[in-house]
Amino acid sequence: MKINELKFPGLECVQPASGDVEITGGYTSDLLSDVMAHLKEGDALITIQAHKNTIAVASLTGASAVILCHGRTASSDTLAAAAKENIAVFVSSGSQYETTCALAKCLGA
Amino acid sequence: MSSAPQPAEDTSLRILELAGNLKIRDVMTRKVFAVTRTCTMRDVQVIMKSNAINGVPVMDDKYLIGFISVHDIMNAFEQGWMQDPVTKHMTTGVHTLSEEQPLSFAMSAFSKFPYRRFPVVNRHNELTGIITLRNINMALIQELSRQLNVIETEGGRITPAATSENCIFYRIYRIARYDFESGGKASAELREQLQARGVAPKIIRRAAVACYELEINIIAHSYGGTLTIYVDRDRVRITANDFGPGIPDIDQAMSEGYSTASDWIRSQGFGAGMGLPNTKRLSDEFVIQSGVDMGTMVKSVVYLNPQEKPSDENK
Repeated sequence: MKINELKFPGLECVQPASGDVEITGGYTSDLLSDVMAHLKEGDALITIQAHKNTIAVASLTGASAVILCHGRTASSDTLAAAAKENIAVFVSSGSQYETTCALAKCLGA
Repeated sequence: MSSAPQPAEDTSLRILELAGNLKIRDVMTRKVFAVTRTCTMRDVQVIMKSNAINGVPVMDDKYLIGFISVHDIMNAFEQGWMQDPVTKHMTTGVHTLSEEQPLSFAMSAFSKFPYRRFPVVNRHNELTGIITLRNINMALIQELSRQLNVIETEGGRITPAATSENCIFYRIYRIARYDFESGGKASAELREQLQARGVAPKIIRRAAVACYELEINIIAHSYGGTLTIYVDRDRVRITANDFGPGIPDIDQAMSEGYSTASDWIRSQGFGAGMGLPNTKRLSDEFVIQSGVDMGTMVKSVVYLNPQEKPSDENK
């Protein structure tokens, strides 16, 4: 599924990314080391960590997008880093569980 | 933390990094004048005088049992102990360094302890040399004169010609404690460099993640340090050096889930106790050394062409 097709209730795109990025799966974790060890390329990273290092980790691991849960807002420097790395950032009003389920539904998993 | 041995000025960081590639055995004095327990204080004084040295180890066979300094000799003069055996007046429980340790550990030791020299032992605890500040100064001057010009004119980017003809990228990063803002700078640059060289994405990810873990380790767990990236045609070598506090139990630090991170570090998503095990798993070669109050050195090597075993040069 293409990143610009990603839609579910409570989801808002706060930083778009250019290009045809494909979301192939998801990984839900707030521990960035765990993300680095286990996120597969193309996964969307579902997390509550809204700071700049999340973008660095997403970029290093080849995440297709970052989805921040519980309506957490990303600071301007986080969004600037995301723009620089061309990583889409979404904010979801739901919990990690609800967001993960919604993404899975979108992906038909 | 205020008692931690730290370099006084920012420029010292670069000097420490220069030293980071050297081991204590590379710079120590190997020719050691030592005495046995049957010698007298007078014997030691004669040895000191005729060889212009200020400290003499006392040995049982190859093992250090004590140390006599000029200060001890002066005391003996004053007290009339010059005919006494050395064992009566030597300093025991001498602090030694290991020849395998990075030179930066010795520098930390000199700033932490009041001693002017440290006996150096090998892995069997046999005395193999002595290190003084003079040894360190000489080594640094040599290393500096070789690299300083290049470093200053290129802003830390050392041209391949300055190191080895195989070198593709070589850069030193200074990393400050708790500077999470800058976390990922080195790994992002490493990734760009490897992408530009057309390295396989899987290998780029391994090297970049290993690098990121080591960056975060310095930021979250040390008093600050340096990270050096060296890339040649065969490998990426990442070396992290910090100034303490050091790791008391390395096996524990290497086990997944063990962490000493504070709540604040954990709230940032770090401190899961996976950094070092992750780095080791991603590395083709992995070395960690640590001295309590002295610092920690981690070296991670990732092969760029895993099917070929790289040649041994520039290791």
